[in-house]
Amino acid sequence: MWVILWTDALLYLLVGVALLGVWQVRRSPHLLENWCRVVRNPLGMAASVVLGVYGVIGLADSVHVRSAAAEGQVVSMLDVLLTPLRESTETSYSAPFATHGFTKVSVTHDDGTVSRAYPRLTHGGSHLERPQERGRDILVRALKALALAALVWLALAAAAAGRVARRRAAGWRAAVRIMAGGRDVLPWRALLVTVGVLLALLFLAVELAPRYHVLGTDKVGQDVFYQTLKSIRTGLVIGTLTTLVMLPFAIGLGVAAGYFGGLVDDVIQYVYTTLNSIPGVLLIAAAILTVQIYMANHADALGTLEDRADLRLLALCIILGITSWTGLCRLLRAETLKLREVEYVQASLGFGVSHTGIITRHVVPNLMHIVLITVALDFSGLVLAEAVLSYVNIGVDPTTNSWGNMINSSRLEMAREPVVWWNLAAAFVFMFTMVLAANVFADAVRDAFDPRRS
Amino acid sequence: MTDVLLRVEGLRTVLDTADGEVRAVDGVDFDLRRGRTFAILGESGCGKSMTAFSLLRLLPPGGRVAAGRVLLDGVDLLRLSEKAMRRVRGGRIAMIFQEPQTALNPVMRVGDQIGEGLVRHRGLRGRALRAEARELLVQVGIPDPDRRLDAYPHQLSGGMKQRVIVAMALAGRPDILIADEPTTALDVTIQAQVLALLRRLQEELGMTILLITHDLGVVAEMAHEVGVMYAGELVETGERDAFFAHPRHPYARRLFAALPDAAKKAGRLVSIPGMVPPLTRRFTGCRFTERCDRAFAPCAGEIPAWTPVDDRQAVRCHLYTATPPAVAEGIAEPAPPPPAGAIADAKGPLLEVRDLGVHFPVRSGLLRRVSGAIRAVDGIDLRIPEGHTLALVGESGCGKTTAGKALLQLIRPTRGSVRFEGTELTTLERAALRPYRRALQIIFQDPYASMNPRMRVDRIVEEGMRSQGLGNTPGERQDRVDRLLEQVGMDPAVKHRYPHEFSGGQRQRICIARALAVSPRLVVCDEPTSALDVSVQAQILNLLRALQDELGLAYLFITHNMSVVEYLAHEVAVMYLGRIVEFGPTERVMAAPAHPYTRALLSAVPVPDPRARRDVIRLGGDPPSPHSPPAGCHFHPRCPEAMAVCRTVYPEAVERGDGHRVACHLYTGQGDTPSR
Repeated sequence: MWVILWTDALLYLLVGVALLGVWQVRRSPHLLENWCRVVRNPLGMAASVVLGVYGVIGLADSVHVRSAAAEGQVVSMLDVLLTPLRESTETSYSAPFATHGFTKVSVTHDDGTVSRAYPRLTHGGSHLERPQERGRDILVRALKALALAALVWLALAAAAAGRVARRRAAGWRAAVRIMAGGRDVLPWRALLVTVGVLLALLFLAVELAPRYHVLGTDKVGQDVFYQTLKSIRTGLVIGTLTTLVMLPFAIGLGVAAGYFGGLVDDVIQYVYTTLNSIPGVLLIAAAILTVQIYMANHADALGTLEDRADLRLLALCIILGITSWTGLCRLLRAETLKLREVEYVQASLGFGVSHTGIITRHVVPNLMHIVLITVALDFSGLVLAEAVLSYVNIGVDPTTNSWGNMINSSRLEMAREPVVWWNLAAAFVFMFTMVLAANVFADAVRDAFDPRRS
Repeated sequence: MTDVLLRVEGLRTVLDTADGEVRAVDGVDFDLRRGRTFAILGESGCGKSMTAFSLLRLLPPGGRVAAGRVLLDGVDLLRLSEKAMRRVRGGRIAMIFQEPQTALNPVMRVGDQIGEGLVRHRGLRGRALRAEARELLVQVGIPDPDRRLDAYPHQLSGGMKQRVIVAMALAGRPDILIADEPTTALDVTIQAQVLALLRRLQEELGMTILLITHDLGVVAEMAHEVGVMYAGELVETGERDAFFAHPRHPYARRLFAALPDAAKKAGRLVSIPGMVPPLTRRFTGCRFTERCDRAFAPCAGEIPAWTPVDDRQAVRCHLYTATPPAVAEGIAEPAPPPPAGAIADAKGPLLEVRDLGVHFPVRSGLLRRVSGAIRAVDGIDLRIPEGHTLALVGESGCGKTTAGKALLQLIRPTRGSVRFEGTELTTLERAALRPYRRALQIIFQDPYASMNPRMRVDRIVEEGMRSQGLGNTPGERQDRVDRLLEQVGMDPAVKHRYPHEFSGGQRQRICIARALAVSPRLVVCDEPTSALDVSVQAQILNLLRALQDELGLAYLFITHNMSVVEYLAHEVAVMYLGRIVEFGPTERVMAAPAHPYTRALLSAVPVPDPRARRDVIRLGGDPPSPHSPPAGCHFHPRCPEAMAVCRTVYPEAVERGDGHRVACHLYTGQGDTPSR
């Protein structure tokens, strides 16, 4: 049975909007030209492949079903795919690729004696007859995975070369030379290297993750790799839905202020200057605490545990959106002030075109490059903001998997001796990769769309 | 010859762009002789600026010199190290740029900016530095140099800024001054000042000038030798007098023929069809063939060689190497249409403007109280009869564009009345005004900014019809778009393209089609040709003239170009600081200007004929700010004929017969004898 959570619905809406945007771009030679510039940028393309993988994982995690197999729990497609990971919980901490627990426990032997020892894990490495074989086992499996990845990669590369050859009506060898020399429109070298690395990681994960806890387990024995994959959706939702909330405010108010001027401008400016002077964290904390208390008091009306966690995530997006539209609004106001005096707007006024007509036909389409650049740049900032807010406990619900929550819980682990580092490291690496890719991609977008650079 | 200071041989400069290699300069040779001025003349995109930048090795990203030599005193500048080149720039060859607004750093004092060159090339420090900077300001004729040294660029007027730029260029005591369109951004009266300054400096310092311009008038005034550039190569060189007496290359001849003036008023202007070919192309023949009216057999297939015509001129054209088929000398043009406008004299005015004023409030102080007003337009009266052209002339900042917009109610006037066929427009509400928007249209100066880059041509042309509810179905409107595009001389098939795919002239045609879409009666043309090249300007002027004859349009033609006024206008109104100082039939005003300002304005226009020695009435200073106009006659501080009464009383307009009115005390009878 399908279950559509609020954030799911909004994410689908966003995907729809994005598809509509793609369709629009295909029709407009202007936008197409700009996007072609993004596509030709090697770093930008590499980053977008990485972001694409994150996106696919996030979307797979946004299709929810009420699963009979999991006792009526709401699980996502990703959960179904990762069932072995989800269900292979240990009792407590274990290091990456470990076969034994991280802490000694009292073990009662068959003869009734009790001793302190590292317990064998229930799932991690349980297929090994003798734990000593672990090194060899990992190596063999890794090599197998890498060989498979290489095969798939070669097939993909050959397909790409075939396309280039067909399009250029050239031979195979010529096509390969063109791609290797970086002389085609697409930056094939960057693309293929990125895809190769990602394929290798994917096959390694498929081969190793069901048999070992590749990133260890946390305090309650949950697989960290699973958690960090689940956190991707949270990051994506915060980064994108916030934008969806923010855009109507920023565009509507920014354009109105710039276009109409006078009293409208004064009021809007007053609102955003005031909003900007309130410390953001304070506002968010106040709002989130209010929501939290409201939810606690009306727990029954708000449905299941998952529903409540989801609503809290949505609330966070809305609050972040409401506090973060001011920057873009300011930019758009300034640009609209300029556009209002441009001659084609004057010409339309001369025809007696209505204000709505001028705004929708002449002003907004010529502002979209600013919106796009800002959204791309803001995305990574929002993902990081989630981490910070969850760290100080005013972020997402503690039951929601998120990088912020992972970092928060690893606060105490860092003080242990020996140190439990993998929880933090996993969150860090995954978040860092996504934010870096988003930043690189945003740079490519800015290079392509910024009129001053072309 | 021995006095050759700089020799350019086979210079080739290419730009790597997404469309491929653009050969912006493709094999250019010329010599600069000591103490003389060599002018490179050409239209936009012909590679003249790129030539100048190549000499200094200051090419834009993606640009590189592919071949050739630039010999300064026998040293090849293209082989020098970057370090040695820095000593040449400013020290041996200095450059002044087109736009005085952007060539100065707005946060540096004038003295410091001039000082940079002095420190770098002359090693001056401290007091000597300041003294020398002051000396340079004196040299370029800036009054009160001590105070100006500490001024910031925004405190100076446009003409003053251009003088400072010249002073900066002189700081390194260069042998060669490259002037890239040095006066294009300036008003004619200021242009006359700067050109005079350059000539004086050349005489005093014996400097060599490489002048880059598109203006035949400036060439006639400044140059000793002329080189005409077309599509990346020189097509003709010669001594100035010989060139102006007999331009040899068909392109040069057509440039002369395309200039509008009073003598050509009866007929159509000669225009050059087509456009400059893209420089990414490889040429197998003469580059001008496709647009040339004298093209014959060898032109398309053979690259013409340099041919000396006599010892004073050389040309790159097959006409002088082979025997062309006989063609009647002179350029054939269709018979002139009957002069327009005569029909309309009897009718009443289409548009009548009385005492129109547009004031912009100036706020100051903490509470942003209105402390004064900029009187951009300060009480003007105009009458435009049906089918007539009224030219509104004046320097930048005189309020002519504001007047045009106020007339269309794009800016609501502060006072006065605008009556269109008897209906008062200034008091109408937005909605009530809408039907009148059909009758009054506008064409803008910048064809690049006047179309939404994200809309297709058919949508752009259609917009007015849609908003005015013309044409019942989309099909009907599209038919009309097709007809309109044909009417302005474009293929209707282009309507599915976007504005960026068109050249400046084509865009201006589309803008005209857009205005015509709602069948206007009066079109305000706000400098519609000032951003265009001469040959394209001729096409647009011809089109405007033909449309007037065909549709009986009335034009309010806002311009600063006197020759366009002579060619197109029936009446002319001269504006100075928000007021009209002289009004009358064009022939009368041009032949016998009465107001001292009109006289100065007309005398300052460079004439493309070196034999026409003219007396430029040099106006001192710049136009004052409309925020605080001088008391009395606004023009008196710059007027060579100012009298005592001019300082106190603004003169009433005096009728001088034939509808010629002048607002000047010379004719009011209030003044005593002029105190010159």
